[in-house]
Amino acid sequence: MDADKNFLVGIFDDEDAVLSGIKDVRGSGIKIHEVYSPFPVHGIDDALGIKKSRLPIAAFLFGMTGTTCALVMQIWMLGYDWPMIIGGKNAASLPPFIPVTFEMTVLFAALGMVGTFMIVSGLKPYAWPRQFDLRSTEDKHVMAVDLAINHGKSKEEIGRILKSAGASEVNEKNFE
Amino acid sequence: MQVTSTVRDPLVTGGKTVKDVSHDISRQVEGSPTKLWWMAMAVSVAVMAYGFYCLCFLLWNGVGVWGLNKTVGWAWDITNFVWWVGIGHAGTLISAILLLFRQKWRMSINRAAEAMTIFAVICAATFPFAHMGRLWLGFYWVFPLPNTWGSLWANFNSPLLWDVFAISTYFTVSLVFWYLGLIPDFAVIRDRAVVQGNKIRASVYNALSFGWQGGAKTWSRYESVALILAGLSTPLVLSVHTIVSMDFATSIVPGWHTTIFPPYFVAGAIFSGFAMVLTLLLVTRVVFKLEDYITIYHIELMNIIIIVTGSIVGIAYITELFISWYSGVEYEGYAFYNRVQGPYAWAYWSMMTCNVISPQLFWIKKIRTSIAATFILSIIVNIGMWFERFVIIVTSIHRDYVPSSWTMFHPTMYDIGEYLFTFGFFFTAFLLFAKFFPVINMAEVKSIIKGGGEKTENKEHH
Repeated sequence: MDADKNFLVGIFDDEDAVLSGIKDVRGSGIKIHEVYSPFPVHGIDDALGIKKSRLPIAAFLFGMTGTTCALVMQIWMLGYDWPMIIGGKNAASLPPFIPVTFEMTVLFAALGMVGTFMIVSGLKPYAWPRQFDLRSTEDKHVMAVDLAINHGKSKEEIGRILKSAGASEVNEKNFE
Repeated sequence: MQVTSTVRDPLVTGGKTVKDVSHDISRQVEGSPTKLWWMAMAVSVAVMAYGFYCLCFLLWNGVGVWGLNKTVGWAWDITNFVWWVGIGHAGTLISAILLLFRQKWRMSINRAAEAMTIFAVICAATFPFAHMGRLWLGFYWVFPLPNTWGSLWANFNSPLLWDVFAISTYFTVSLVFWYLGLIPDFAVIRDRAVVQGNKIRASVYNALSFGWQGGAKTWSRYESVALILAGLSTPLVLSVHTIVSMDFATSIVPGWHTTIFPPYFVAGAIFSGFAMVLTLLLVTRVVFKLEDYITIYHIELMNIIIIVTGSIVGIAYITELFISWYSGVEYEGYAFYNRVQGPYAWAYWSMMTCNVISPQLFWIKKIRTSIAATFILSIIVNIGMWFERFVIIVTSIHRDYVPSSWTMFHPTMYDIGEYLFTFGFFFTAFLLFAKFFPVINMAEVKSIIKGGGEKTENKEHH
């Protein structure tokens, strides 16, 4: 059996059911492919063992890039490339450069972070997602279990575990 | 079963389940537009078309068609610009600052408020561009692009240039924040379209949703992105009107040269922004039958923000007046004497009545929980906030240093026409948004409703 093709899909009715379900399913030694929810469920990342996102670090680095670009740009343009004497002040004085520096920091951090999020999460306008159950965006929490990577257990056994973990229904889903 | 607290009113009423939320909000997008929608759209587009004619006339003939003269070089254009930017403050304030403060009541109103922000900022941006006269050169004048004059770079010492960066950053970040919130909701409409067998709608909304699936890993990243964006947007939203106020505060014109301007402008912006959110949402909730999502409790909380910010604005007006006398600076003193007593006193007192006195009515619980009173007062506040900018701008410059230069400002049909253009655009854009986009953030509202198929049980308990 090839991996990432044949799945058993457990449907959970609410966030408490899916949270305790995840613990039970993982407790019986089954690897969960992914859980799809209509809204963010608090505590689901701990239950699934998802590591904390490193996107804040990316945001900080993008922000620092923005700060550097803004300062270098302003100091070079007004201080070296074409110095202008305005009101007898220094050509490159820092205080009036702060507003633009702040704005560019925010702009770079926000766009860089959201762009990174889109790329790492595989969000792109031309891709149809592979959906396990259409109700996962509406009101159900959908747990997908890849049959190929859970060799030790048969389909029926996994189905039984999903049911006893609180799934209101269990369906089979095969992708070609 | 909804999570109910004994001390707080429920945020969503009517015993809604998660499925109901999807249905109630997506229904607007899926159905065909109502007669009322078409009528409102026709009026908005007609107003926009007339305004567009005035705008084209202005671009063809130059800024001389406005009522500006040698003394009053800034009037309606900058008044309208500041007014629209101010209105554009509520959306990001609601979605960013209220998110950091964990105010869950923001969830029903943030989507529409953010849309309003984006459209208001576009409206604001049309005024400085129109005032440039030669629009097509505008980008060279405001952005530091290499050019054939040297390169002669933009002047980073100028608050007008700070404004360009502040407003374009604010617009971009608000747009990204708004769109990020829309992505999971577009996926809801896509999946419903697949079930309903509407292939075209499914592919359009799939493209809009960037192929969203809602896996736990993606949600986890999504939440940390939303939190950081809120953290970035909070100082951003405060910086935008601070920098707008510096257009005036860093000049040496009496009446403008005031250190109190940044906080005073930010409070005024939030004040007018919430007023406009109320005006729009009070209509939207009735037309789209969203009374269970945007409840009297939401309206009351927004009215409380209006009392707070309106009172800050009132204190700022009085402080300004006091300091102009206490400082002993004759020019400053005259600028304010002229505001209160001069030929534009009617504008000053309209501002005082609308902004300082009228929001105090919201101290009375009956008034702040009344829909009719809130609607009327929200419009009064917006009129008042327009007068505030008009008073600051025109009365400070119409009596120049030399009495032979003293003039009055009279708007022409092109001043009025361009203001109408922005109104037409604003309402056209808002109507399109309300029809084609989910007006309430479904994913967030779902997270505050607990439970799936317990609707009947819930009804028994209430």
